[in-house]
Amino acid sequence: MSTHAGGYSADPRIRWIEVLPWIVAIAAFFLLPEYLSLGARILIYILYALSLDLIVGYAGIITLGHSAYFGLGAYAAGILAAKAGISDPMLQLVAAAAAGALLGISTGAIILRTKALTLLMLTLAITSVLLEIANKASSLTGGADGLSGVVVAPILGMFKFDIFGKTAYLYCLVVLLAGWWLVRKMIYSPFGTSLRGLRENSLRMHAIGAPVYWRLVLVYTLSATIAGVAGGLITQTNQFVGLNVLSFESAGELLVMLILGGVGRLYGAFVGPVVYLIAQDMLAKQFPEYWYFGIGTMLVLVVMFARGGILGILDELLARLRRKA
Amino acid sequence: MNIALETRALCKSFGALTVADRIDFRLETGARHALIGPNGAGKTTFVNMLTGVLPPSSGRIVLGGEDITGLGQAKRVKRGLGRTFQINALFRRLSVLDNVALAVAERQGVAPRMLRAASAHAEVRGESLELLATLGLAEDAGQRILDLPYGKQRLVEIAIALGLKPRVLLLDEPAAGVPSLESHRILQVLDRLPKEIAILIIEHDMDLVFRFAQRITVLVQGEVLVEGPPDEIGRDRRVHQVYLGEQHHG
Repeated sequence: MSTHAGGYSADPRIRWIEVLPWIVAIAAFFLLPEYLSLGARILIYILYALSLDLIVGYAGIITLGHSAYFGLGAYAAGILAAKAGISDPMLQLVAAAAAGALLGISTGAIILRTKALTLLMLTLAITSVLLEIANKASSLTGGADGLSGVVVAPILGMFKFDIFGKTAYLYCLVVLLAGWWLVRKMIYSPFGTSLRGLRENSLRMHAIGAPVYWRLVLVYTLSATIAGVAGGLITQTNQFVGLNVLSFESAGELLVMLILGGVGRLYGAFVGPVVYLIAQDMLAKQFPEYWYFGIGTMLVLVVMFARGGILGILDELLARLRRKA
Repeated sequence: MNIALETRALCKSFGALTVADRIDFRLETGARHALIGPNGAGKTTFVNMLTGVLPPSSGRIVLGGEDITGLGQAKRVKRGLGRTFQINALFRRLSVLDNVALAVAERQGVAPRMLRAASAHAEVRGESLELLATLGLAEDAGQRILDLPYGKQRLVEIAIALGLKPRVLLLDEPAAGVPSLESHRILQVLDRLPKEIAILIIEHDMDLVFRFAQRITVLVQGEVLVEGPPDEIGRDRRVHQVYLGEQHHG
């Protein structure tokens, strides 16, 4: 599970270990049927974290407002289903993607002219503004009560969403597979290498003739599109949208998941949400009031002792084993 | 002789402070030209204006007959203006090959492609490896910049600029920070650069300047003090006074 950095000498073929997450996901479907709704949530967050890793880990764009795109995607799918009477899940997902993309390009074009703290504050501002709009536009969004009445028709007219969450789980898995394939392709492509160039030294990227600003806007838009899809999925699986999808906490939580898993490693976006959401589920059952303490401790330990996240620790252990052998 | 790069009455002021004062400068096609001057003479400001990092307060910059004064950095690069940096500006956690390939891919228009693996772009990879081989860096292609000795990092600086196939190359102190024992390698590389590239070198190492340059411009307090062949500059009393002190060259 070493770093997936791409580059002009990287072998893009899928390694056996990259099949592992999918085997685990399919095994979980059969072995843990009572946890499928948590499973679907984890799959959605993996997709959401992948979109974040693309900009934070690969392009070096720092953000605390990724929930804006996730949330808008969620509301786009929800409003289409609950208000416009369009229940086709594919159309809802396309609407979520388009909403994420549109917001991504329009906000990215403005905020990516800035850097560092200014950029961070602007990302925060965008999600805060959107949250307030969603709160006030209650006739459309349901406001603080949330948007209910989300109807999702059977997928391709064949697979009905069931009460046990089986269809939802497999549906999310397929969408995640498509998202992962796309992100992986990008990382290994010349575009992916140029993103890493931007992260490492944007000054030099200017000096080699790269259209730095437009390339940042492009990756930001792609990332927002994927986040929008993840938002659409959360609406479809919950059949409800609450204001929390747009909150700063949601964006911060996602960043914590990515840091836990490992930033800029592709599969950090897989490991982080799994560990975070399972820990959250278990800790919340054991310590309903103090579960954040456990998450916080994990984060502090990772930041202090394992800057590469959990995957960084695994890499280090594997490297030591190889040295001994 | 064709003019590769020209500035006409180029000025730059920061408030009341004038750091470039009506600089008229000509770089001929295939030239080996040096820009020297004491610290604070305005050399780096001049290069930054040429490359589009800083907008001039007034005056024009003409590249190959085209006025590029209003163009951004990236567009100037596309028109054949390359540069290296005084302080290494490399992609430190990337391999030497990727550092050069980034530049080659930009020039070839491959960089925005998303669906085919970078390593499958044999034209970028091949040209980058060839370039590294000509600079004696073939064995280091897989090394990260972080793990590379400083002297070799300076060579990668040059390799990236050459990956752009520039018509005009601005070398900002290519031997800066390199021990004198290793600077001969930089000079060897500079000597072997394609003859058709017009090169402007900004350098404090006078041995390197006088061995490399066919023409020297001396900049003092933002103004051109004198310009001429090295032996003339080496004999010029004003240059000795303001810059060279007791050193004698030529």
